[in-house]
Amino acid sequence: MSWIPATETERRSMLDTVGAASLEDLFASIPAALRMQSWDVPPGRSEMAVSEYLGRLSVKNDVCSVNFLGGGYYDHFIPAAVDALISRSEFYTAYTPYQPECSQGTLQAIYEYQTALCRLTDLEFANASLYDGGTAVFEAATMSMRVTRREKVVVHESLNPVYRKMLETHAANLGVEIVSGENPEGAACVIVQNPSFLGTVRDFTNLAAQCHAAGALLVVSFYPVSLGMIKTPGAMGADIAVAEGQSLGQPLGFGGPYLGIMTTRKECVRKMPGRIVGQTVDAEGRRGFVLTLQAREQHIRREKAMSNICSNQALCALRALVHLSLLGKAGLQEVATACHSKAEYLKKKLGFAQIVNDGPTFNEFAVRLPKKAGEAAAKLLAKGFLAGLPLASVGAGQDNDLLIAVTEKRTREELDAFAAALEEASCN
Amino acid sequence: MQLIYEKCRGRRAVTFDALDVPEVKLPEALLREKPAELPEVSELDVVRHFTHLSKRNVGVDSHFYPLGSCTMKYNPKMAEAVAAYPGFAWLHPHLSTVPEYQAKCQGALALVYELERLLAEIAGMKASCIQPIAGAHGELTGVLLIAAYHRDRGNTHKDTIIVPDSAHGTNPASAAIAGYKVLQVPSNAQGLVDVEKFKEALNDRVAGVMLTCPNTHGLFESNIREIAELAHSVDALLYYDGANLNAIIGQCRPGDLGFDVMHYNLHKTFGTPHGMGGPGSGPVGVGERLLPYLPGPRVVKHEDRYALEMPEKSIGRIAAFFGNFLIAVRAFAYILHLGDEGLRDVSRMAVLNANYILARLKGAYKPAYPGTCMHECVFTASPQAAQGVHALDIAKALIDCGFHPPTIYFPLTVKECLMIEPTETENKETLDAFCDAMLEIAKLVETNPDSLHAAPVTTPVGRLDEVKAAKELNCAKLQ
Repeated sequence: MSWIPATETERRSMLDTVGAASLEDLFASIPAALRMQSWDVPPGRSEMAVSEYLGRLSVKNDVCSVNFLGGGYYDHFIPAAVDALISRSEFYTAYTPYQPECSQGTLQAIYEYQTALCRLTDLEFANASLYDGGTAVFEAATMSMRVTRREKVVVHESLNPVYRKMLETHAANLGVEIVSGENPEGAACVIVQNPSFLGTVRDFTNLAAQCHAAGALLVVSFYPVSLGMIKTPGAMGADIAVAEGQSLGQPLGFGGPYLGIMTTRKECVRKMPGRIVGQTVDAEGRRGFVLTLQAREQHIRREKAMSNICSNQALCALRALVHLSLLGKAGLQEVATACHSKAEYLKKKLGFAQIVNDGPTFNEFAVRLPKKAGEAAAKLLAKGFLAGLPLASVGAGQDNDLLIAVTEKRTREELDAFAAALEEASCN
Repeated sequence: MQLIYEKCRGRRAVTFDALDVPEVKLPEALLREKPAELPEVSELDVVRHFTHLSKRNVGVDSHFYPLGSCTMKYNPKMAEAVAAYPGFAWLHPHLSTVPEYQAKCQGALALVYELERLLAEIAGMKASCIQPIAGAHGELTGVLLIAAYHRDRGNTHKDTIIVPDSAHGTNPASAAIAGYKVLQVPSNAQGLVDVEKFKEALNDRVAGVMLTCPNTHGLFESNIREIAELAHSVDALLYYDGANLNAIIGQCRPGDLGFDVMHYNLHKTFGTPHGMGGPGSGPVGVGERLLPYLPGPRVVKHEDRYALEMPEKSIGRIAAFFGNFLIAVRAFAYILHLGDEGLRDVSRMAVLNANYILARLKGAYKPAYPGTCMHECVFTASPQAAQGVHALDIAKALIDCGFHPPTIYFPLTVKECLMIEPTETENKETLDAFCDAMLEIAKLVETNPDSLHAAPVTTPVGRLDEVKAAKELNCAKLQ
């Protein structure tokens, strides 16, 4: 059998060493009545056959349409060197760096990732990753509750409605009061998103001040690429910044694996969930890196831990770091500028539709079409465009509302053709 | 080695074509004051840097990695290749959200549907859901399902989850994050749940019981049916922590043992990579009682079309879409390749390999419990510690011998614990070389214990000052 190397002779010899007559003997501690009789699992198939079968499934999925679909997950360019480096098996076949001396590659990479995210958000501490953008919002909410010893969480209208639903699912049995709005009185935190789910860019500096005056924290869910241009959570006075890190070198992958990002201020770091890497030295004074503040974590604190997280998304964090290293200081600004400029170009071309946003937008905006967005989207699909996200499908708008995202990958020709096709589909 | 930030010389790696539309900026007040200080290096600088970092790591491809409880088996290259197919890797998840788009992701929906069916069948469950993103996330999901069940039945007085003292830390942590009190029950002298103590702890307030089976001592809980009946007698549900499913896959099934809910670790049992700490994947499986509450939306099949439905009593979304989908693709390929007989052989050889190590080492190291083990063998280094050599020293010495150390100091129930899990993918020569090294170290404990305190000496850094790290808390190079 592939991947299981033991030959019959070796099995025999090992059984002799063990002192067992047969492999069956080794399962004697399972009561006979509980042994499995049969199951409906097909016989194994060769690597060739399995690869072919999965290939046939994969080509039933559309990855060729010109993509204007966002809603929190974007079709950004990923340089080839990201995949090349992530494919080094010294990274992807290792596990959590419990033994730092033989895991310095992982640990230094995470330290560098933490550095990148602190610099990106203008905050002082980052963890080694959480699962994704939605679970990061839940972790930020419970972290705020630990910091403030309050049990109310205020969710601003700007937050991705899927994140809000995930927050409600995760907190269902915790007795947390989750309310809508932006009033921080008596709350552990106010959670906002910038740009908003509909793409609107705001400055939450005043809200941060109001939160602090009321003893609450401000949590900002951000879009990493946008920080190549827009005011940072740290500059606004946010206490915790969280993000879906997909836009930093993670393939869309039908939902994952993605990357949950979290950064915070020094005052809150001991209440932060997840692994954290710190710099130190060995006996000879050589610089090295270790997991630190582990007393926050489940393997030490069990039911009193800050979170139950164990496995995280470390390889995705490495992807983000390599991606940011390749884009560099100038490249991230260029990507942000291209996303914004191209979206603005398209917005101007859609004069036949009403813009739903009530302020400036970054690279995504919502339009109200003369007809149902789903119907228009179906027509556009036939012309090779993924037109965007009909907002009614996520309960975030009217039937005619369409959320359109533009990344650096879209060309002027594609924008022109898309604008014409959308006008035709929605006005005729 | 320098940080990438210390290698900046104002260079560029990726460049872009000139903008083909007019450049537009947001209003000044909405802009960041100065750009983020990201690396300014060439592509080769980046490639060299991360290649050098990778060489400061050991992984399964380069080293035997018998990290107990983590099932560090070989990660097949075929699974990596199929997960990289553009039809999976580039697929936008919102195609599943919009009914008008669902025709464009039928292959991916079919995969989710088929994998969820296979996972359920493998564990004797009614259904499974691949949304949970990691093992601990699956635990939390499972406990939330238990909570939904009790809420639905009006069992408002149930506020406690029972967890054995040998459990992974994630079990009590997940129960607490799902809003429950945690009650710990002790293990007996044989390393199993003490059934008498369990009976004493069990009462009407208990909502659920979380068990790992085989447990973290590497032993099968042979009283499992009695424990299940006792739990069910007070309407407490039984949770199966799938961390050790590798030991029993194809031999017995959690559903048949009486478990109501479980999580799978695709990165343990089903050979997907551990990625330096993740991404893993932690699908949940449920029996009849919890079927109505599964997270949604769920992939359903209408004749030959796949669509999404939110079950009426669903706890809702635990992930935005299908969890770590590309990890699920790898696990699906793994299951299809091994199939019926191959999966049964996984547990046979995982268990034989662990018992082989146990047999070869038990003369020099003290087994924590008598008898044979399942997929991992647990020793106590207490006799060595009495001579001044601790489990930590043995682990560090193993690094110098060319092996990743086993898990140490876990489970907490065993003093000076060494927990060794070889997995089924290692060959006999590797096991022999590891055992030879362990026996050599045991001799050094007798003859030259001081030599072991200096280990490791072959790594880029020696033992690191963890106290300094926690005290100074330098976790980012801010400038």
